[in-house]
Amino acid sequence: MNSEARIVITGIGLTAPNGNNLTEFRQNLLAGKSGVGKIETHYMGEVIAGICHFDPLKYQKKKEVRRGTRAGSIAIYCANEAIADSNLDLTSVDKSRIGIYVGVTEHGNVETENEVYNIKQYDYNVDLWSHHHNPRTVANNPAGEVTLNTGITGPHYTLGAACAAGSIGIIQGLQMLLLDEVDLALAGGVSETPNTFGVFAAFKNEGALASHPDPQKACRPFDKKRNGIVVSEGGCICVLEKLSAALERGARIYGEIVGYAINSDASDFILPNPQRQIECIRLALRKAGISASDIDILNTHATGTREGDKAECQAIRGAFGDDTEVYINNTKSFIGHTMGAAGALELAGNLPSFEDNIVHQTINVDDLDPDCAFKNLVINEPRKVDKVDYILDNSFGMLGINSALIVKRYEK
Amino acid sequence: MKAVDIRAMILEVIHQIVPDEDLSNLKGDVRIRDQIEMDSMDFLDIMMELRKRYGIKVPEEDYMKFSTLNGSVAYLEPLMKQF
Repeated sequence: MNSEARIVITGIGLTAPNGNNLTEFRQNLLAGKSGVGKIETHYMGEVIAGICHFDPLKYQKKKEVRRGTRAGSIAIYCANEAIADSNLDLTSVDKSRIGIYVGVTEHGNVETENEVYNIKQYDYNVDLWSHHHNPRTVANNPAGEVTLNTGITGPHYTLGAACAAGSIGIIQGLQMLLLDEVDLALAGGVSETPNTFGVFAAFKNEGALASHPDPQKACRPFDKKRNGIVVSEGGCICVLEKLSAALERGARIYGEIVGYAINSDASDFILPNPQRQIECIRLALRKAGISASDIDILNTHATGTREGDKAECQAIRGAFGDDTEVYINNTKSFIGHTMGAAGALELAGNLPSFEDNIVHQTINVDDLDPDCAFKNLVINEPRKVDKVDYILDNSFGMLGINSALIVKRYEK
Repeated sequence: MKAVDIRAMILEVIHQIVPDEDLSNLKGDVRIRDQIEMDSMDFLDIMMELRKRYGIKVPEEDYMKFSTLNGSVAYLEPLMKQF
């Protein structure tokens, strides 16, 4: 394939509950360090959640932080970190040729709930409803705030795709590059979800909110005692560009996106559909021109719910076979479910495997569920392997949206 | 509330709205927006704070009276005697 049609990742900016850049994030993953804790939330009191601890004032004025949203701050932090990481000088590139594509699971819940909470103190007097509400809650807010902060004038929008949104942000960026709509894409996803009580309450009332005396052990995909999701903040924005452009400017290349797929279950609001997940994985493999046995690491979507993990394991068996030797891991066990960020963030946490040949582990598996047992499920300790050439990243979301991304080691 | 207290209150509100700005040399008789970076949404934040804190709803036709610090104090003084 010519280098004009090959898309590579040349910069990564991220914030996770256990790290504010890729180096820190990776170190904490390999060290088995969780970032999950407890927070106070409206109406529900203390809940288990993953909160990020980046400094928003690194790239924003205090006024911008106050005026904007948490999702906007996360997106701004990640975008600026990604640009810096890619060694791009924004003053020397055409800002009208940069696109910003940010995946979100939801947006506007936090801001709306806060306003309702605020006017409740004033007997629901709507004269006190903030005039900032609309610019804060328009669906493009997190991506739009990046443009205000950076002066980028190319297209910007968010992609609402439930918990597959982070991956779909990256896929959108890739597609826009291939269509020659932009020269550079800032693509990924963000989550401010722990700031909305409604998501916690809804998960709790559907029996899908994780609970555990130790918050760091609450997210436990594949464990027999898993009991639900840990809701988390997070963000990951990647700089994507054509291989030809990256080579021309001598950029560091984290990996090449060689396969991707998005499909729909068309079967249930919440329950996953393993057959459609299999089809999604197979479609991504077909686009990459490889077979399942070529994949070295499969980073699972598994959130720690009883049914969701089981369905994904069924899909892995369907796509890879019962005796697959692929190394399987999970990032949510460390950081909880970073919602709109998850697909991008979890992929990023695995990209260093191309260089260090280590597969990060899944933590909190004390008693492996036989339904989730695989030969090379990497549990509790990282695994040193001979070589990593392909990583597959699964992300699935409500209303039955599935995505799979395949990234290949880049070799000159 | 006396004029000096109203002035301090307005400065405190403005600081909350534009925390990056230095207000120490803000002149009372010069347009606030000519001295610090402040836009129309920030101005509406001042109106909102007056509503929240003191129940004072300034009609839109009077907004111009808040263009300077002195003008704001003069407008609010008769309305804030009971505070």
